[in-house]
Formats: sequence, structure tokens, C-alpha cells
Amino acid sequence: MTNHQNSKTDGSAMNTLDSKKMSTIELVNKNLAKRYRAETRFRAYGIASIGFGLLCLCLLFTDIIGKGHSAFMQTYVQLEVHMDADRLEITDITDVNQLARADYQGVLKQALRLEFSAVNSRGDKRKLYRLVSNGAGFELRKLLEAKPDMLGTTSTLWVLVDDDIDTYVKSRGNLSSAPSENAFTGRLSELQIGWVERLISEDRIDKKFNTNFFMVGDSREPELAGIRGAIMGSIYTMLVTLALSFPIGVAAAIYLEKYAKKNAFTEFIEVNINNLAAVPSIIYGLLGLAILISFFELPRSIPLLGGLVLTLMTLPTIIISSRAAIKAVPPSIEEAAMGIGASKMQVILHHVLPLAMPGMLTGAIIGMAQALGETAPLLMIGMVAFIVDVPGGITDPSTVLPVQIFLWSDSPERAFVEKTSAAIMVLLGFLIIMNTLAVWLRKRLERRW
Amino acid sequence: MDTSTLLAALAIMVSVAYMFGRGRSISMADTSQGGYRNLNSLPFYYGMLTALWCAVPCLLLMIGWFSFENTIIDNLVVAQLPEAIRNLSSNELGLVMNTVANIAEGNVIGNEPDAYLVTAAQSLTSVRQTSQLALTGSVLLLGILLSLFAWTRIRPEQKARVQVEGAFKTILLLCACLAIVTTVGILFSVIFESLQFFKAVPITEFLFGTHWSPQTSIRVDQVGGSGSFGAVPLFVGTLLISAIALVIAVPCGLMSAIYLSEYASNTVRTYVKPMLEILAGIPTVVYGFFAALTVAPFIRNLGETFGMSVSSESALAAGLVMGVMIIPFVSSLADDVITAVPQSLRDGSLALGSTKSETIKQVVIPAALPGIVGGVLLAASRAIGETMIVVMAAGLAARMTANPLESVTTVTVQIVTLLVGDQEFNSPKTLSAFALGLMLFLVTLVLNYFALYVVKKYREQYD
Repeated sequence: MTNHQNSKTDGSAMNTLDSKKMSTIELVNKNLAKRYRAETRFRAYGIASIGFGLLCLCLLFTDIIGKGHSAFMQTYVQLEVHMDADRLEITDITDVNQLARADYQGVLKQALRLEFSAVNSRGDKRKLYRLVSNGAGFELRKLLEAKPDMLGTTSTLWVLVDDDIDTYVKSRGNLSSAPSENAFTGRLSELQIGWVERLISEDRIDKKFNTNFFMVGDSREPELAGIRGAIMGSIYTMLVTLALSFPIGVAAAIYLEKYAKKNAFTEFIEVNINNLAAVPSIIYGLLGLAILISFFELPRSIPLLGGLVLTLMTLPTIIISSRAAIKAVPPSIEEAAMGIGASKMQVILHHVLPLAMPGMLTGAIIGMAQALGETAPLLMIGMVAFIVDVPGGITDPSTVLPVQIFLWSDSPERAFVEKTSAAIMVLLGFLIIMNTLAVWLRKRLERRW
Repeated sequence: MDTSTLLAALAIMVSVAYMFGRGRSISMADTSQGGYRNLNSLPFYYGMLTALWCAVPCLLLMIGWFSFENTIIDNLVVAQLPEAIRNLSSNELGLVMNTVANIAEGNVIGNEPDAYLVTAAQSLTSVRQTSQLALTGSVLLLGILLSLFAWTRIRPEQKARVQVEGAFKTILLLCACLAIVTTVGILFSVIFESLQFFKAVPITEFLFGTHWSPQTSIRVDQVGGSGSFGAVPLFVGTLLISAIALVIAVPCGLMSAIYLSEYASNTVRTYVKPMLEILAGIPTVVYGFFAALTVAPFIRNLGETFGMSVSSESALAAGLVMGVMIIPFVSSLADDVITAVPQSLRDGSLALGSTKSETIKQVVIPAALPGIVGGVLLAASRAIGETMIVVMAAGLAARMTANPLESVTTVTVQIVTLLVGDQEFNSPKTLSAFALGLMLFLVTLVLNYFALYVVKKYREQYD
């Protein structure tokens, strides 16, 4: 009792003491400014972290585009090329063998010697020859095959230059002005730069759209390397992945949503699916290596194998999104169908699936986009090989776009940096198209009940 | 017939079987007794039943055939090789068989191959042709026989619908079970190889050894490392890079989620949220390129201006970029759990006079904490398993250091470097990659399972 009284008097004493110093409202008011400052600070942290994320996004895109845009142009040099039949050793223009074996590079060398007649020493000549690309001869061959009557004539041709020259010309800035300070010379000698500058001043070096980049496969020479092989490989791999993962994923989703009873087995399947969705992708590569390659003896590096591995990887994503789409279909529709005598399979195939299809497709596209950008598991199963030929089917050795990016980014040649960035731009382009399609599908077709 | 033509032929056969089955059921329907109505099921089901009888056994036969074809053909060809060759070790025999396969496909490089190889190649080609022919014949025969069998059994009182729906359900069940098969396959592949590895290297050395240099000499007489497989430096490197990533991603992702869900207007949210999610959609190889060519040199130059020596493959660069990659992951998970906190809790706090930030800090976040922890664990598992960024931007040398400016290596980097390219399959060097894979799988499995459990429990709390 006394205790209680004591505490009571203590409390009132405290109150009177406080109110002497400051009333509650004054206390609140005193701290208010501080609390508002904390509020503003907290908001600023939020804005700052969103800003940081968006800044990184911008930096990434500007960096890639800044590095890669120049790869869509390719430098050519104008030369007077004499299609000398003797030098080419072509006696019969209709003979395919002779055409294939002819020394086109020699003709180009001759054209260069003619152009720079002051160059005499052996070493300098070798430098001179390095102005044009090793692959420039192929274009001459194609030209001669198309127009056989060019044999023996002299014509002014635009010839592909070497990657070092290409990088220099692109980094020196505007072609009509003097070279900029930070032009990248790399392995070029003063002499070669002098020649290039002379050609530029004569308006005989020009940048043209790089069709090669989209038309050919990989190459060790940056100026000859293209992404067609990788794109075709990606397309075949994606076809296999889509053809397997979509039907299987939808079937599994239907089973789990419409047939599975709530028991331990179903629970086990669900736990497995959820875990597989979060397993690191590289583990699927190990699975492909140990089971599909070692055990089932599938050949390495083929889109079929890549597609199988990516199917296993994307299945959880597709199953989860398909289940969400099936769940979104109102039960009343099913009940109505059952009420007029439809069987379970009829209810599913005639009513649930068509209504859930847009949602399922959206999920499938997102899963495909994920698979298209995936690299690590494909490295494990040998899709990292250097392959020049453009694949023609799902059993041809091939590489895919992200792996091609990885391969090129490892190459020491400076010119591959822009190729890599350009390949990234193409890959991101595909991904943006797929995601836009998914968003569009969702907005356009998905019904809200 | 090659495989694709055979599949096309099978597809045609199945559709023909469907049409015949359907036709027979219609013709059996007695028009005097009301036509279709005296059939047990719709004609579609009779057609489907016939088609299933044709398709399923044929597909199973093809799958079985392709699984065993190579082994049987190889054995047949090996049996014809000279005695001396047959007695070679399995590795050398594999090389010989490779040469034979190459010759059979017409890829002869260099000298004229030995006569026995040419004969073997010829027999390989002929056996392959025979096998293909036999497969075609048996698939077509089996398909036709079974369709005929199903076709003759069609009766109006046959319960076609029940049977077809049963088959439909079984197929769906098999598809769902693929998830289990995949998990088992992963476990089987990593555990099997890891056990072999642990026979050569004791598991305690692997788990607690502090020196990692997997280079082993291939031949006995060769000078080279004896190989040591202490994985602790790899674990340290992985943890270092993941920790840097989480230090970036967790505050940033969390604050973004809080701002977007509590402060931002609807317009801001509809534009900013998808933009942040672009970060999650960018392939990791692109981040790797960005880290290796832009961020790492930038950090090195920055360090040099302050007089610090920074490795060009610093853990900081890889961790930083990985952190940026995980921001949207953390942010969307946190967004989910924050929006799940009941509005009444916020209203109560605001009514007591607290400011918005006080409400968030003292009411919303404590309420959402289990979900946020789950999200952070999922993000950690993501960071540990991330491969391409570290392969491209982190180093290869296994170093035990906590200094983010030095280069470290991670578990995933080692798996990739050990397994890319051609290796002999049973050396400890190759097998160690599977042991690392097992560790990675187990750690991420535990993290995921725990995270999903926490998130699930949390969801139930407010449902």
C-alpha cells in the first residue's frame, strides 16, 4: 500500500517536475524538427538507392552502346586491283577448283605495292601487306565467281582492312579532320599510320555498314568474325527448349493444380520444384556433363544437348507461372462445365487451358528469355568450342550468343571489344523484344475476372 | 530413314490410327438405336485410344533403342578389331574408336589410316545402317500391329473415355515427376563423382585444407604439381565476393522496395519498378563483361590515385557488379513482404503520432522481418551460385584474404576452369569440380529450403 502510494507520489512529482521544465506538447514540438529531418533523410535514402540502381542501369547501357556501336561499321580501303590471270593462276574461269585455290591475297599485295611504290625493304613490305585483312581475298573470290568477265581487268574496289587499322581509323575521329590525340595505335608502326593517313587524306578509306557481322560465323580475325553462327545456334537451342519445356511444364502444372491430392508425395514434388528454381545454373551444367554426356553418350556442343539442359533449368519457372495462370481461372467456369456433364479432361482441355493460355505463354516467354541469356551450364557441356560454320540443325556443333560473348571477351585483340559489345547489343535487343512481347500479351490477352 | 523422317512417319501413322479408330466407332454406332448415343464415349475418345496404342509403345521403343544403340554398336565393332587392340586399356580403346568413327564419317586427316581401322570403319557404317533399318522396320511394324489391335477391340460398350483420361492423367503425373527425376539426377551426378574424388583425396583435407592447386601431373615421370585440394581458400573467396555483393544489394534493394511501396506515387511506381527489374533481366555474361572491362579498370585507377595497389581482378569489382545484379531480386522480394504487412498496423502507429519513417522503421520492418530475412537468404544463395560475373572478373589464384582489393577465386570459377575444355574424366582434378559442385548444391539447397520455410511461415502469419 505504502509502496503504491509512494510510486504514485513519485510519479506526480516527476510530472510536476517535467511540467515545470516542459509540457508534453513542448517536448513533442522540441523534437519535431529533428524527427522531420529524420523523415526527410529516410526518404532521401530511398530515392538515393533507387537512383543508384537506375544510374547503374544507365552506365551499363551507355558503356555497352558506347563501346559497341562502332562495330556495326567496318573500314574499307579503296584499291586499284588488277585481276591478273597469271598471278591468280586461273586458266579456265569455269573451273571451280582453280577459282577456289587462286592466290587472291597475292593480287591484293600487288595492288598495295603499286599504290605505295616507294616501299622497298622486306620488313616494310610485310607491314604494307598487313593493311588489308587476311580474309579480303574471299571477297575477291566471291566477286570473281559472280562476274567471271572481271578476270584480267583492273577495277577500283573497296577492300576490307585489317582489324588494327580498323580500330585506329575508328578511334581517330572524323575522317575529314586530323587524327585525334587519343587515337588507338596499338600494334601499328609509325610507317603504317603514315600510309593510312595518306589514304584518308585522299578519301580512299571509308566506313561502311558491317553486313559481314550478321552474315558469317566466328573467326580468329576480328574483322571477319560475325554472329550468325551464334544466333542460329541460339535459335536451335531455344527451339528445343521451347518444344520440350512448354508442354512438359504445362502438363506438370495441370497435374499439380487439378489432379494432385494433398499428400506427402505432392508436397515432395512441390518442394523439389521450388528448390530447382533456386539451384545455381552451373549445377545443371554438371548434370548435363555427368548424365547426358558421360552416361547417355550424347555428343558435346550440339543445340539438342544445350536445349535439354536448359529445359531442365527453365521447367520450374514455367511450372510456377503456369500454375499461377491456372489458379487465376475462376472455379465457377469449371463447375459450370462439369455441371453440363463434361469430364475432367474436357473441362481442362476445353475451358481451363484456353483461358489460362495467355498467362502460360507470358511465363514461357520469360522462361525463354532467361534461357537465352544463360551461359554457365552451356560452358560445361562444350558449347564453348570455336566453331566457324553456321549450324544447320539441332545436331550440328554450335555455340550460342551469350557463350560467343564470353569467348570474344576473352580474346586479346582490341577489335574484339567492340564486337563483344555489339553482340551484347544484339542479345539485349532479343531480350527486350521477348519481354515486351510478354508484357504486351499480359496486357492484351489476360482477362481479369 | 533418318530419325527426323522416322518421327514424321510416326506422326502420320498416329494421325491415321486416330482417324481409323474414330471412323470405326462411328460405323459401329447403331443408327437405329440413336447413333452416337449408344456409344459409351464420344468418337474422339475411340480415336485417341487407337492413337495412344500406336504412339506410346513406338516412342518408348525409340527412346530405349537410342539409349543402348551406341554401346551395342561399339561392342560389335570392337569385337572385330585385332586381338592386340582389343586388349588395350579402356581409355586407349576409346581413342581408337574415335578414330574409327572419324574415318567412317570421312574425316581423314593426315596419313592414310591403318587397314584394320578402315575395315572397322566400314563395319561401323554397315552396323549403323543395319541398326537404323531395323529401328525403322520395328517401329513401323509395332505401330501398325498395335493400332490394328486397338482398332479391332473397339466396341460400343468399351469404356474408351475412362481409359484415355487415365492415360492423360498418367502422362501429366510423369511430367510432374520430372522435377523429382531432375533432383535425383543432380544428386546422383554430383555425389557419384564426388565419392570417387573422396577416395583419392580424404574429405577432411578437402573441407579443411588451406591450399588449393588442382594442377596434377598427367604422367608419372612429369614434373608438375602433385595437386592439393584444400578448398578453404575457395570458400573464403566465395564468401568475400558474396558479402560485398550483399552489402551493396541488401540496403539498396530494401530501401528501394520501401520507397516504392510506401512513398512513391502510383505513376512513379509503374515506371520505376519495371526499369529496376530490367537489371534482373540482363544476362550475367553482360555483367561479367561490364565488370571485367569497365568496373575493374576503374577501381584500379581509382586505387592508384590514392596510392593503393589494386589487383586488376579485384574481388571488389566482381562483388560490386554482382551486388547491382541482385538489387532488383532483393527489392522485389522485400516489396512482396512489405505489402503483405496489414494496413491496420501502419494506421495504428500513425494514429499514435509517429512519422511515416518511424512507422516503417519501428512497425513495418519488424513485422516484415522474417520475410526480409528469407529474401536476403535467397539473395545470398544467388550470390554464392553466380558464375559468369566471377569467371570473367575474378581471378584464378586461390588466396586466403579478406582484402577486397586483392584477387580471389570462387567455387564456381574453379568448377568452370576445371571442366571447360577436354579433360580425362577420372583424374582427381576433374572429379574435384564435382565435389565443389556438391558443396555448392548442398549449401544453396539448405539456404533455399530455410528461406522458403521462413517466408512460408511468415505468409501464414498474416493470412
